[in-house]
Amino acid sequence: MERKEWPLWEVFVRSRNGLDHKHCGSVHAPDAKLALQVARDVYTRRQEGVSLWVVKAEHIVASDPDAKPELFDPAEDKIYRHPTFYKLPDEVNHM
Amino acid sequence: MTEQTQQASPEHVEYVLRMGDNALILGQRVSEWCGHAPVLEEDMALANMALDLIGQARMLLTHAGRLEGRGRDEDGLAFQRNEPHFRNLTLCELPNDDFARTMVRNYLFSAFMVLLWERLLQSRDAELAAIAGKSIKEARYHVRHAGEWVLRLGDGTAESHARTQRALDYLWPYTAEIFADTPADAVAEDARVGPAWSTLEQDWMAMVVPVLEAATLSLPARTPFRSHGKVGRHSEHMGHLLAEMQYMQRVYPGANW
Repeated sequence: MERKEWPLWEVFVRSRNGLDHKHCGSVHAPDAKLALQVARDVYTRRQEGVSLWVVKAEHIVASDPDAKPELFDPAEDKIYRHPTFYKLPDEVNHM
Repeated sequence: MTEQTQQASPEHVEYVLRMGDNALILGQRVSEWCGHAPVLEEDMALANMALDLIGQARMLLTHAGRLEGRGRDEDGLAFQRNEPHFRNLTLCELPNDDFARTMVRNYLFSAFMVLLWERLLQSRDAELAAIAGKSIKEARYHVRHAGEWVLRLGDGTAESHARTQRALDYLWPYTAEIFADTPADAVAEDARVGPAWSTLEQDWMAMVVPVLEAATLSLPARTPFRSHGKVGRHSEHMGHLLAEMQYMQRVYPGANW
Protein backbone atom coordinates (compact mmCIF):
# COMPACT_ATOMS: atom_id res chain seq x y z
CA MET A 1 0.00 0.00 0.00
CA GLU A 2 1.23 3.45 -0.83
CA ARG A 3 1.71 5.63 2.21
CA LYS A 4 1.68 9.37 1.74
CA GLU A 5 2.12 12.08 4.34
CA TRP A 6 -0.68 14.60 4.46
CA PRO A 7 0.45 18.10 3.53
CA LEU A 8 1.36 20.57 6.24
CA TRP A 9 -0.83 23.65 6.82
CA GLU A 10 0.12 26.74 8.79
CA VAL A 11 -2.61 27.95 11.12
CA PHE A 12 -3.44 31.57 11.89
CA VAL A 13 -5.92 32.50 14.62
CA ARG A 14 -7.61 35.82 15.22
CA SER A 15 -8.27 35.99 18.92
CA ARG A 16 -10.81 38.84 18.85
CA ASN A 17 -12.58 40.97 16.29
CA GLY A 18 -10.40 43.87 15.26
CA LEU A 19 -7.11 42.12 15.96
CA ASP A 20 -4.81 40.50 13.40
CA HIS A 21 -4.62 36.83 12.62
CA LYS A 22 -1.52 35.48 14.34
CA HIS A 23 0.44 32.41 13.40
CA CYS A 24 -0.03 29.80 16.12
CA GLY A 25 1.24 26.52 14.70
CA SER A 26 0.63 23.91 12.05
CA VAL A 27 -1.45 20.82 11.34
CA HIS A 28 -1.41 17.95 8.90
CA ALA A 29 -4.59 17.49 6.85
CA PRO A 30 -5.52 15.96 3.49
CA ASP A 31 -7.29 19.07 2.14
CA ALA A 32 -8.25 22.64 2.95
CA LYS A 33 -11.66 21.92 4.47
CA LEU A 34 -10.30 19.31 6.83
CA ALA A 35 -7.32 21.54 7.61
CA LEU A 36 -9.75 24.16 8.95
CA GLN A 37 -11.58 21.47 10.85
CA VAL A 38 -8.50 20.10 12.60
CA ALA A 39 -7.13 23.60 13.18
CA ARG A 40 -10.36 24.32 15.04
CA ASP A 41 -9.95 21.15 17.09
CA VAL A 42 -6.28 21.63 17.88
CA TYR A 43 -5.93 25.40 18.32
CA THR A 44 -9.26 26.86 19.44
CA ARG A 45 -10.40 24.41 22.09
CA ARG A 46 -9.80 26.91 24.88
CA GLN A 47 -11.63 29.84 23.26
CA GLU A 48 -8.48 31.13 21.60
CA GLY A 49 -10.19 32.50 18.54
CA VAL A 50 -13.08 33.86 16.52
CA SER A 51 -11.59 33.28 13.07
CA LEU A 52 -9.16 30.85 11.47
CA TRP A 53 -6.93 30.91 8.41
CA VAL A 54 -5.01 27.94 7.10
CA VAL A 55 -2.35 28.21 4.43
CA LYS A 56 -0.52 25.34 2.84
CA ALA A 57 2.98 25.54 4.29
CA GLU A 58 4.54 25.12 0.84
CA HIS A 59 2.87 28.36 -0.27
CA ILE A 60 4.71 30.41 2.31
CA VAL A 61 7.87 31.98 0.96
CA ALA A 62 10.36 32.46 3.77
CA SER A 63 13.57 34.43 4.00
CA ASP A 64 16.77 32.46 4.16
CA PRO A 65 18.07 32.23 7.77
CA ASP A 66 21.63 32.34 6.42
CA ALA A 67 20.89 35.70 4.78
CA LYS A 68 20.16 37.26 8.18
CA PRO A 69 23.38 39.35 8.28
CA GLU A 70 22.72 41.15 5.00
CA LEU A 71 18.95 41.35 5.42
CA PHE A 72 18.53 42.52 8.99
CA ASP A 73 21.79 43.57 10.58
CA PRO A 74 22.21 46.80 8.52
CA ALA A 75 19.14 48.25 10.26
CA GLU A 76 20.90 48.01 13.60
CA ASP A 77 22.59 51.46 13.59
CA LYS A 78 19.88 53.45 11.78
CA ILE A 79 18.16 54.75 14.86
CA TYR A 80 17.18 57.87 12.93
CA ARG A 81 14.56 55.73 11.20
CA HIS A 82 12.56 55.80 14.41
CA PRO A 83 10.40 58.91 14.48
CA THR A 84 11.70 59.94 17.88
CA PHE A 85 13.94 62.76 16.67
CA TYR A 86 11.22 65.04 15.43
CA LYS A 87 9.75 67.79 17.54
CA LEU A 88 5.97 67.55 17.40
CA PRO A 89 3.83 70.64 17.68
CA ASP A 90 1.90 70.73 20.95
CA GLU A 91 -1.41 70.51 19.10
CA VAL A 92 -0.62 66.98 17.95
CA ASN A 93 -1.85 64.57 20.58
CA HIS A 94 -1.61 60.82 20.96
CA MET A 95 1.51 60.15 18.93
CA MET B 1 -30.80 26.52 37.97
CA THR B 2 -33.97 25.94 39.96
CA GLU B 3 -34.26 22.91 42.17
CA GLN B 4 -36.97 20.65 40.84
CA THR B 5 -38.80 19.05 43.72
CA GLN B 6 -42.08 17.77 42.34
CA GLN B 7 -41.85 14.47 40.55
CA ALA B 8 -42.23 14.38 36.81
CA SER B 9 -43.97 11.50 35.05
CA PRO B 10 -41.86 8.34 34.75
CA GLU B 11 -42.06 8.72 30.96
CA HIS B 12 -40.68 12.24 31.14
CA VAL B 13 -37.79 10.96 33.29
CA GLU B 14 -37.27 8.11 30.86
CA TYR B 15 -37.13 10.45 27.87
CA VAL B 16 -34.42 12.60 29.46
CA LEU B 17 -32.57 9.61 30.90
CA ARG B 18 -32.43 7.97 27.47
CA MET B 19 -30.79 11.08 26.05
CA GLY B 20 -28.35 11.28 28.95
CA ASP B 21 -27.42 7.62 28.55
CA ASN B 22 -26.88 8.00 24.81
CA ALA B 23 -24.48 10.87 25.42
CA LEU B 24 -22.70 9.10 28.28
CA ILE B 25 -22.21 5.76 26.55
CA LEU B 26 -21.21 7.20 23.17
CA GLY B 27 -18.94 9.66 24.99
CA GLN B 28 -17.25 6.73 26.73
CA ARG B 29 -16.81 4.93 23.41
CA VAL B 30 -15.41 7.94 21.59
CA SER B 31 -13.03 8.64 24.49
CA GLU B 32 -11.44 5.24 23.87
CA TRP B 33 -9.71 6.84 20.89
CA CYS B 34 -7.73 9.17 23.13
CA GLY B 35 -4.09 8.35 22.44
CA HIS B 36 -5.00 5.86 19.69
CA ALA B 37 -6.39 7.87 16.78
CA PRO B 38 -4.65 7.58 13.38
CA VAL B 39 -3.21 11.10 13.57
CA LEU B 40 -2.65 13.57 16.39
CA GLU B 41 -5.13 16.06 14.94
CA GLU B 42 -7.98 13.54 14.95
CA ASP B 43 -6.93 12.32 18.38
CA MET B 44 -7.63 15.77 19.75
CA ALA B 45 -10.81 16.16 17.69
CA LEU B 46 -12.20 12.88 19.02
CA ALA B 47 -11.24 13.68 22.61
CA ASN B 48 -12.92 17.10 22.25
CA MET B 49 -16.09 15.48 20.98
CA ALA B 50 -16.07 12.79 23.66
CA LEU B 51 -15.89 15.60 26.21
CA ASP B 52 -18.78 17.42 24.50
CA LEU B 53 -20.85 14.26 24.92
CA ILE B 54 -19.80 13.71 28.54
CA GLY B 55 -20.74 17.34 29.23
CA GLN B 56 -24.18 16.78 27.70
CA ALA B 57 -24.52 13.58 29.72
CA ARG B 58 -23.77 15.45 32.94
CA MET B 59 -26.48 18.04 32.28
CA LEU B 60 -29.04 15.49 31.13
CA LEU B 61 -28.42 13.00 33.95
CA THR B 62 -28.46 15.73 36.57
CA HIS B 63 -31.78 16.89 35.14
CA ALA B 64 -33.17 13.35 34.96
CA GLY B 65 -32.20 12.78 38.60
CA ARG B 66 -34.03 15.93 39.68
CA LEU B 67 -37.12 15.07 37.65
CA GLU B 68 -37.11 11.61 39.17
CA GLY B 69 -36.94 13.06 42.68
CA ARG B 70 -35.30 10.05 44.30
CA GLY B 71 -32.10 11.82 45.21
CA ARG B 72 -29.92 10.35 42.48
CA ASP B 73 -27.36 12.75 41.01
CA GLU B 74 -25.36 12.48 37.78
CA ASP B 75 -22.75 10.21 39.42
CA GLY B 76 -25.36 7.99 40.99
CA LEU B 77 -27.01 7.52 37.61
CA ALA B 78 -23.80 7.06 35.64
CA PHE B 79 -21.87 4.81 37.99
CA GLN B 80 -24.37 2.93 40.12
CA ARG B 81 -26.81 1.49 37.66
CA ASN B 82 -26.51 -1.91 36.04
CA GLU B 83 -26.96 -2.77 32.37
CA PRO B 84 -30.75 -3.27 32.31
CA HIS B 85 -31.27 0.20 33.82
CA PHE B 86 -29.44 1.99 31.06
CA ARG B 87 -31.70 3.41 28.38
CA ASN B 88 -29.20 4.20 25.61
CA LEU B 89 -29.58 3.02 22.04
CA THR B 90 -27.62 -0.15 21.32
CA LEU B 91 -25.99 1.85 18.49
CA CYS B 92 -24.09 3.94 21.06
CA GLU B 93 -22.54 1.01 22.91
CA LEU B 94 -21.21 -0.97 19.92
CA PRO B 95 -17.40 -1.23 19.81
CA ASN B 96 -15.50 1.40 17.84
CA ASP B 97 -13.75 -1.13 15.59
CA ASP B 98 -11.86 1.09 13.12
CA PHE B 99 -11.86 4.80 12.32
CA ALA B 100 -14.43 4.26 9.55
CA ARG B 101 -17.00 2.70 11.86
CA THR B 102 -16.40 5.42 14.43
CA MET B 103 -17.00 8.14 11.84
CA VAL B 104 -20.07 6.48 10.31
CA ARG B 105 -21.64 6.03 13.76
CA ASN B 106 -20.82 9.59 14.82
CA TYR B 107 -22.35 10.79 11.59
CA LEU B 108 -25.58 8.77 11.81
CA PHE B 109 -26.05 9.59 15.49
CA SER B 110 -25.16 13.26 15.46
CA ALA B 111 -27.35 13.87 12.39
CA PHE B 112 -30.25 12.55 14.45
CA MET B 113 -29.22 14.64 17.44
CA VAL B 114 -29.15 17.85 15.41
CA LEU B 115 -32.78 17.22 14.42
CA LEU B 116 -33.77 16.31 17.97
CA TRP B 117 -32.02 19.27 19.62
CA GLU B 118 -33.66 21.61 17.09
CA ARG B 119 -37.07 20.41 18.23
CA LEU B 120 -36.11 20.46 21.91
CA LEU B 121 -35.30 24.17 21.73
CA GLN B 122 -39.08 24.57 22.03
CA SER B 123 -39.51 22.02 24.81
CA ARG B 124 -41.99 22.88 27.53
CA ASP B 125 -39.36 21.47 29.90
CA ALA B 126 -37.37 24.70 30.25
CA GLU B 127 -34.26 22.96 31.53
CA LEU B 128 -34.25 20.57 28.58
CA ALA B 129 -34.70 23.51 26.19
CA ALA B 130 -31.70 25.23 27.79
CA ILE B 131 -29.58 22.08 27.43
CA ALA B 132 -30.66 21.92 23.78
CA GLY B 133 -29.52 25.51 23.23
CA LYS B 134 -26.01 24.63 24.34
CA SER B 135 -25.79 21.16 22.85
CA ILE B 136 -27.09 21.89 19.38
CA LYS B 137 -23.93 23.83 18.52
CA GLU B 138 -21.81 20.87 19.56
CA ALA B 139 -23.97 18.43 17.60
CA ARG B 140 -23.76 20.63 14.49
CA TYR B 141 -20.00 20.45 14.64
CA HIS B 142 -20.03 16.69 15.26
CA VAL B 143 -22.19 16.05 12.21
CA ARG B 144 -19.99 18.28 10.11
CA HIS B 145 -16.78 16.65 11.33
CA ALA B 146 -18.00 13.09 10.82
CA GLY B 147 -19.84 13.95 7.58
CA GLU B 148 -16.68 15.30 5.96
CA TRP B 149 -14.89 12.11 6.93
CA VAL B 150 -17.64 9.83 5.65
CA LEU B 151 -17.42 11.61 2.29
CA ARG B 152 -13.65 11.26 2.10
CA LEU B 153 -13.46 7.71 3.37
CA GLY B 154 -16.37 6.44 1.29
CA ASP B 155 -15.21 8.18 -1.86
CA GLY B 156 -11.53 7.59 -1.10
CA THR B 157 -9.23 4.65 -1.77
CA ALA B 158 -10.43 1.10 -2.42
CA GLU B 159 -9.42 0.24 1.15
CA SER B 160 -11.19 3.19 2.80
CA HIS B 161 -14.30 2.63 0.70
CA ALA B 162 -14.45 -1.05 1.64
CA ARG B 163 -14.05 -0.28 5.34
CA THR B 164 -16.67 2.48 5.28
CA GLN B 165 -19.18 0.32 3.43
CA ARG B 166 -18.53 -2.48 5.92
CA ALA B 167 -19.11 -0.02 8.77
CA LEU B 168 -22.38 1.19 7.26
CA ASP B 169 -23.57 -2.38 6.66
CA TYR B 170 -22.80 -3.22 10.29
CA LEU B 171 -24.36 -0.11 11.86
CA TRP B 172 -27.39 0.45 9.66
CA PRO B 173 -29.63 -2.23 11.23
CA TYR B 174 -29.10 -0.60 14.64
CA THR B 175 -30.43 2.73 13.41
CA ALA B 176 -33.95 1.28 13.21
CA GLU B 177 -34.07 1.41 17.00
CA ILE B 178 -33.71 5.19 17.01
CA PHE B 179 -37.16 5.55 15.47
CA ALA B 180 -38.94 2.68 17.24
CA ASP B 181 -41.02 4.54 19.83
CA THR B 182 -41.53 3.36 23.39
CA PRO B 183 -44.42 4.54 25.59
CA ALA B 184 -42.15 7.38 26.77
CA ASP B 185 -42.26 8.94 23.29
CA ALA B 186 -46.04 9.35 23.17
CA VAL B 187 -46.20 10.81 26.67
CA ALA B 188 -43.31 13.20 26.00
CA GLU B 189 -44.96 14.35 22.78
CA ASP B 190 -48.36 14.90 24.42
CA ALA B 191 -46.78 16.84 27.27
CA ARG B 192 -44.76 18.85 24.69
CA VAL B 193 -41.54 17.77 26.40
CA GLY B 194 -40.13 16.59 23.09
CA PRO B 195 -41.05 14.87 19.83
CA ALA B 196 -41.70 11.16 19.53
CA TRP B 197 -38.50 10.02 17.90
CA SER B 198 -40.34 8.19 15.12
CA THR B 199 -41.48 11.57 13.80
CA LEU B 200 -37.87 12.49 12.96
CA GLU B 201 -37.16 9.51 10.72
CA GLN B 202 -38.12 11.17 7.44
CA ASP B 203 -36.02 14.26 8.10
CA TRP B 204 -33.13 12.08 9.18
CA MET B 205 -33.29 10.00 6.01
CA ALA B 206 -33.46 13.18 3.93
CA MET B 207 -30.35 14.39 5.72
CA VAL B 208 -28.12 11.30 5.68
CA VAL B 209 -29.03 9.49 2.46
CA PRO B 210 -27.67 12.16 0.06
CA VAL B 211 -24.39 12.26 2.00
CA LEU B 212 -24.04 8.47 1.98
CA GLU B 213 -24.77 8.49 -1.74
CA ALA B 214 -22.26 11.26 -2.37
CA ALA B 215 -19.78 9.10 -0.46
CA THR B 216 -20.51 6.38 -3.08
CA LEU B 217 -21.83 4.06 -0.36
CA SER B 218 -24.75 1.77 -1.02
CA LEU B 219 -27.61 1.99 1.43
CA PRO B 220 -28.34 -1.36 3.10
CA ALA B 221 -31.97 -2.54 2.94
CA ARG B 222 -34.08 -2.37 6.08
CA THR B 223 -34.41 -5.78 7.74
CA PRO B 224 -36.68 -7.00 10.54
CA PHE B 225 -33.72 -6.85 12.95
CA ARG B 226 -34.38 -4.64 15.98
CA SER B 227 -32.08 -3.79 18.86
CA HIS B 228 -33.62 -2.89 22.23
CA GLY B 229 -31.13 -0.83 24.25
CA LYS B 230 -33.77 1.85 24.82
CA VAL B 231 -35.75 -0.55 26.99
CA GLY B 232 -32.70 -1.91 28.77
CA ARG B 233 -32.00 -5.02 26.68
CA HIS B 234 -28.42 -4.40 25.63
CA SER B 235 -25.82 -6.10 23.47
CA GLU B 236 -23.03 -8.25 24.91
CA HIS B 237 -20.72 -5.23 24.64
CA MET B 238 -22.51 -3.12 27.23
CA GLY B 239 -21.36 -5.02 30.32
CA HIS B 240 -17.72 -4.70 29.33
CA LEU B 241 -18.10 -0.99 28.69
CA LEU B 242 -19.74 -0.45 32.10
CA ALA B 243 -17.13 -2.59 33.87
CA GLU B 244 -14.43 -0.24 32.66
CA MET B 245 -16.42 2.97 33.06
CA GLN B 246 -17.77 2.21 36.53
CA TYR B 247 -14.75 0.44 38.04
CA MET B 248 -13.45 3.29 40.19
CA GLN B 249 -16.82 4.22 41.67
CA ARG B 250 -17.67 0.59 42.32
CA VAL B 251 -14.38 -0.08 44.09
CA TYR B 252 -14.19 3.26 45.93
CA PRO B 253 -17.81 4.41 46.22
CA GLY B 254 -18.09 8.18 46.39
CA ALA B 255 -14.40 8.66 45.57
CA ASN B 256 -13.58 12.24 44.63
CA TRP B 257 -10.61 14.09 43.22
